[in-house]
Amino acid sequence: MDLTTLTLTQLRQALRSGATTSVAATQAVLDHIVARDNDIQSFLTITDEMALEQAQQADQRRANGEDSPLLGIPVAVKDIICTQGVETTAGSKILEGFVPPYDAFVVRQLKAAGAVILGKTNTDEFAMGSSTENSAFFTTRNPYDQTRVAGGSSGGSAAAVATGMAYGALGTDTGGSVRQPASFCGVVGLRPTYGRMSRWGVVAFASTLDQVGTFGRTVADCTAVFQATAGYDPMDSTSLNVPVPDFEAALTGDIRGLRVGVPQEYFIEGIDKEVETAVRNAIAKLAELGTEIVEISLPHTAYALPVYYLIAPAEASANLARYDGIRFGPRVEGADMIDSVKKTRALFGPEVKRRIMLGTYALSAGYYEAYYGRALKARTLIKQDFLNAFEKVDVIATPTSPTTAFKIGAIVDDPLQMYLQDIFTLPVNLSASCGLSVPCGFDSQGLPIGLQLIGNTLQEATILNVAFAYEQTVIGNLLSVKSWR
Amino acid sequence: MSNKYEAIMGLEIHAELMTASKMFCAAPVVDSVEAEPNTAVHPLCLGMPGTLPVINRQAVEYALRVALALNCQINQHNIFARKNYFYPDLPKGYQISQYEEPIGVNGWLDVELDDGTHKRIGIRRVHMEEDTGKLTHQDDGTSLVDYNRAGVPLLEIVSEPDIHSGEEARAYAMKIRQILRYLGVNSGDMEKGVLRVEPNISIRPSGSQEFGTRTELKNLNSFKALADGAAHEIERQIQVVESGGRVVQETRGWSEDKKRTFSQRSKEEAEDYRYFPEPDLPPLFISEAWIAEVKAALPELPDAKIERYVNGFGLTAYEARVLTEERAVAEWLDTAVAAGGDPKSVSKWLLNELFRLMNEHKQNIEQIQVTPAGLVELIALVDKGAINNNTAKEVLAEMFTSGQSAQAIVQARGLAQISNEAAIVALIERVLAANPEMVARYTNGEEKLRGWFVGQIMAQSKGKANPALVNQLLAQKLLRLRD
Repeated sequence: MDLTTLTLTQLRQALRSGATTSVAATQAVLDHIVARDNDIQSFLTITDEMALEQAQQADQRRANGEDSPLLGIPVAVKDIICTQGVETTAGSKILEGFVPPYDAFVVRQLKAAGAVILGKTNTDEFAMGSSTENSAFFTTRNPYDQTRVAGGSSGGSAAAVATGMAYGALGTDTGGSVRQPASFCGVVGLRPTYGRMSRWGVVAFASTLDQVGTFGRTVADCTAVFQATAGYDPMDSTSLNVPVPDFEAALTGDIRGLRVGVPQEYFIEGIDKEVETAVRNAIAKLAELGTEIVEISLPHTAYALPVYYLIAPAEASANLARYDGIRFGPRVEGADMIDSVKKTRALFGPEVKRRIMLGTYALSAGYYEAYYGRALKARTLIKQDFLNAFEKVDVIATPTSPTTAFKIGAIVDDPLQMYLQDIFTLPVNLSASCGLSVPCGFDSQGLPIGLQLIGNTLQEATILNVAFAYEQTVIGNLLSVKSWR
Repeated sequence: MSNKYEAIMGLEIHAELMTASKMFCAAPVVDSVEAEPNTAVHPLCLGMPGTLPVINRQAVEYALRVALALNCQINQHNIFARKNYFYPDLPKGYQISQYEEPIGVNGWLDVELDDGTHKRIGIRRVHMEEDTGKLTHQDDGTSLVDYNRAGVPLLEIVSEPDIHSGEEARAYAMKIRQILRYLGVNSGDMEKGVLRVEPNISIRPSGSQEFGTRTELKNLNSFKALADGAAHEIERQIQVVESGGRVVQETRGWSEDKKRTFSQRSKEEAEDYRYFPEPDLPPLFISEAWIAEVKAALPELPDAKIERYVNGFGLTAYEARVLTEERAVAEWLDTAVAAGGDPKSVSKWLLNELFRLMNEHKQNIEQIQVTPAGLVELIALVDKGAINNNTAKEVLAEMFTSGQSAQAIVQARGLAQISNEAAIVALIERVLAANPEMVARYTNGEEKLRGWFVGQIMAQSKGKANPALVNQLLAQKLLRLRD
């Protein structure tokens, strides 16, 4: 049995039944990483020794009769999430060699659930990008076509899960950074409601938009990782103190009677025809499953992109002010203190510098009201769009990305074109909604297409169940696609 | 200052709050002068990646106490903001502060000036923020940074520009310090930098309604420096204007040695702090109930105490002011009065004897062994004639060093006053018999010798004879001698 072809849920059953061990699965995955990751480039750091140790402990615990939701299951963590004792770079030279003395809350949750941590996955620098081409280290390649990107910024996690180099993974989603790479790599990616996941220990990009998300090869896998990591954390003042439902139990596949909204603003000029067809077919499938399809409008959608590119850089300009080489991370020595700080901050890559400049400008005296202030007002309108829509529907269905995976280097020098990648995902971040991407087919070149399902505040269970129900109708197809392995 | 010009001054006072932990993380608040550098730190106050602030409830309560004590309107809806600027002692590259909706606004404080008049000074705002670390520049060009202080809760108290002289500035700042100490939120130790006073000073022709260009005075580490520095800066600005010059907007330092202010940093270009709401902290809502609870628990403040001491205890305004300078002293007095002591005599003993002993032994009222009840017991012994006043002072001195009760000391040392008439008469007779010449001089008209006899008799009794009784019985005896 090739253990790396199992889904997380299948591995969990195999471990519980005693058909295999965590050490065997972990070793298989580590071997697969060695064989495969030279091409894919998902991992920035592989914690093989630590992983095998954790696997041994997991097997020991199981031998003692213990069990926990992810006991012995190998997973990967995006390198923007702090891991105690393991280098955490956020894909940036300015954090190269930085070893946090603390685990992020979500990593503590993974460990508490018994997970084995395989390593840290590639990301655009500080999660600023949609292709991992902004990673200071390398670009992760799309498993379906290595000349193409895996998406981003959580491209490393998405590609690792897609290729069987991890059974599940954590990413972060500030404007689509979980959903878009999930879509490009043909996996399931969930961006929960803001506040559902603690941000403690997650290197900040844009604080009001950042949220940890989870990846799985299937909806059930993605849900299992989400179930284990979600929850209130008093150390994150923006974390929501609400109960965590049993999401896994909510995957019934019964979605009859739910109303699915299709927003006209998401099927626009410029969207890839094959993407549109696949998404419309998926929506038709949802109708077959007993849902009611409702045409809706989210009238302020067009403002999401400019609003996002004022708010996110503004917050980033403050969040990234701390990287001065004085207290942690690399320091480039200069003639004096100020010169050292300047030389150290030159370690930032061009996209990060661009956003720091944009954000600093948007917050400057005399411009604040015109830019940041107005962006906040427009954000309120976008939020309101969703609240209005969710009075009429339970779920909103859209494409995740206007295109399938693009060629490496194709738009890297065109920031605006790159920013358009997130046009369908970032309204979720600006509102209080949650969203996911589930595979819904392939284009004529064999590249995966993602269906985005958006739910109201804290309604992850609903969108996961809709995705699950849809997946049941096509899962044989999806999981049989092995060409990329 | 010539009457031609009027000085306009507003004070910004920064007060660290003596909470157990820092404003937004669990690192302890320590004496940053004493503690080893960088030992009271946490990933958050070092600005490490991924850390998030959590508001310290105790700090908010302390801020609430101060805002209420300064008669402020309380904003229930509090917003924290990021104040962005770069400096190596600011770990995050921004300071979490309050900008648009501070905890307290529109307060006031009455201060008493040297000439005894009172003046009301407006408090524009009281807001919460966090302190920075401390930089030490070394001779070799390197700089050292200590983050123990970084993230310590800090209160900024901003006055209205109602202050017109260095003396007024001092009176106001001292009153603020006294209230902070009464509230138990700040030690008031200016030399350690836990309380920092920065005046904004400008001048204008008397009668004008325009404001002149202002300068900000920094590193004033005593009230004297504040009064002197402000006075000199006012004079300097007048001279600049008189000589046809123009006051430049800048930050100036005060040199105690040279008795002059000097330019530190030009502020011609206003710094752009790019304030925006702190995205890591949702608005902080302060409930009516919490405000009421804090208000009810406020201690009696100095002004109220002074009024009670003057009108209730019959003390002079001066006595009342001295006794209320520190809350612990006033509370000591109140406890003594509650234990049955007469307010006036307890105050007298406190002001004269205990203060002298405290000075002598370099102890404060919280360190001394004499208890309020102990002093009341001592006074009672005097009142009922068991010991005389002079003996009582000795007893108090011993109470101070040994911690024993007055009664125990009196008994152990046999200090009880001799009020037995027969015993005193015997003493008188012994002294008269031993000094026939003096008796003769007295009977010949040297009446002032009576005092000499009293002294001899008291000495014979080792000071224990009841002086009133000695006087009375001696007078009778001498009267008979002259007859």
